[in-house]
Amino acid sequence: MNQTIDTTTAGGSDPRPAGRAASEPRRWRLADYPSLLTVPAILLLIAAMAYPLLTIVLRSFSEPEWSLQNYVWFFSTPVNLTVLARTFSISAWVTIVCVIAAYPYAYLMTTVGPRMRLVLIMCVLVPFWVSGVVRTLAWVILLQDSGVINSTLKAIGFSSIRLIRTQTGVVIGMAQVLLPFMILPLYSVMRGIDLRLVQAARSLGARPALAFLQVYLPLSLPGVFAGAIIVFILSLGFYITPALLGGPRSTMLSTLVQSQVLSLLNWGRGGTMGVVLLVSTFVLLAVAAPLMRQRHKQASRS
Amino acid sequence: MKPFRIILGLFCLLVAVWLIMPTLVVIPMSFNDKKSLAFPPSGFSWQWYANFFTNPEWSNSLLNSLKVASIVAVVATFIGTLAALGLSRMKHSGAGILRAILITPMVVPGVVLAIGIYAVYLNYQLVGTTFGFVLAHTMLAIPFVIIAVSASLEVFDVRLETAAASLGANRFTAFRTITLPLIAPGMLSGLLFAFVTSFDEIIVALFITSPYLKTLPVQIFTSITRDADPTVAAVGTIIFFATSLVIAAGLIIGSKSKRS
Repeated sequence: MNQTIDTTTAGGSDPRPAGRAASEPRRWRLADYPSLLTVPAILLLIAAMAYPLLTIVLRSFSEPEWSLQNYVWFFSTPVNLTVLARTFSISAWVTIVCVIAAYPYAYLMTTVGPRMRLVLIMCVLVPFWVSGVVRTLAWVILLQDSGVINSTLKAIGFSSIRLIRTQTGVVIGMAQVLLPFMILPLYSVMRGIDLRLVQAARSLGARPALAFLQVYLPLSLPGVFAGAIIVFILSLGFYITPALLGGPRSTMLSTLVQSQVLSLLNWGRGGTMGVVLLVSTFVLLAVAAPLMRQRHKQASRS
Repeated sequence: MKPFRIILGLFCLLVAVWLIMPTLVVIPMSFNDKKSLAFPPSGFSWQWYANFFTNPEWSNSLLNSLKVASIVAVVATFIGTLAALGLSRMKHSGAGILRAILITPMVVPGVVLAIGIYAVYLNYQLVGTTFGFVLAHTMLAIPFVIIAVSASLEVFDVRLETAAASLGANRFTAFRTITLPLIAPGMLSGLLFAFVTSFDEIIVALFITSPYLKTLPVQIFTSITRDADPTVAAVGTIIFFATSLVIAAGLIIGSKSKRS
């Protein structure tokens, strides 16, 4: 019994360890094939991810009959194209808002003392302490016509603005959920930037703005790229926030998928939309991955 | 330079308020004495907390969520740790690709995964079963465990195991007494991540739920879409304080073990 546990758990990086094992005759050992330890995880992924996704891809081609009809329908129906474009534009807006809000915030985190930094990190982590659905409810409370934001606006003499069931509301809510995914990678990159480089630029006569633009900004770009890619990809698949904060004019692709499958029971069309969403995500990842790696190399070289 | 710091500070204050406002607004709402979500709440009452614990719709969904999330946390930590160990010991270039494959559940859009799982579960009668929930949530949780354990394996020096072996420990003893304690913090944070992933998961749950098996997020979602029920705010507040307690405990234990 002990022998079998032995071989599964021990290190494969050392094929001939000292001790008993070396004196034994050569036999097939699990330790020589560490990749076998990943088999349970792979099997689970096949059962709960690959097989379901394959089912959806097949249905998008096969229902109601084998053809490309669902894809022809998807790309020739103006409503679908509008929603697809809107999904991308909302994701882009969320990403832009996140970059604008996160960049100064992450920068401040690198310049303050340890106590203040802890407070700033807490502010980033606290949103995770409340369940995601509850947080969306909080946004309903904040954004509704008689909500906190509008009451505050009225109290200081502005006219109220419509936020709930608008794209602006959806972007505000989504960006708040995704902001930590932007701040944390940015912070980890900025923390590694040698501030003496900026000082050197200043001592050579560069004005602060120029020193920032030519030295600090390029060095922090890997963090911006990493964060932006994560935020954009996660935005594409958002479902709960747009469903609860948005109205019919801010429907995203996810909501359309859900209504095709659950309300209209049209697996072919719902599956097609799902495949479009899936392919967009992976194409983006494939395009972004080498870009990010390159940026990383540049940063580490300098 | 000075005015720049002030503007930067004010801007970041605004961002911080934006980040924590949703959390803060939920707490007073939970003590509302009217069944409404208008802010500011009026009066004070504990009735929504009482409703949460006495109404079987709510208490059952809490129990379901706790049950599913606990099983998921244990299973995902076990499978994920094995995978992370395997990945860290693979030498050839396949390791990178395998790692990328194993963390794909994090980037696949939730709805696409959800309709796929729903389609498969309809075929195998898994809709509304604990096993179905555990299977789907474990798959979603494994990437977090792999990332957490891999991070602690990265700083782990394999020569320590070799040293233990050279001192006569067999491989199992070496693993149990050297490797396991060193990667335990990573496993623990993986366990927590897995628990939270399952406890908070809503999109897949919305599809594979049934009237007989609802998890807490599903119950919250139906409650929000049905009417303005402050019980949701009470649930949010309870989760907030429970999480704060766990994190505070973790920080205290962490600082103690660092000191000793």
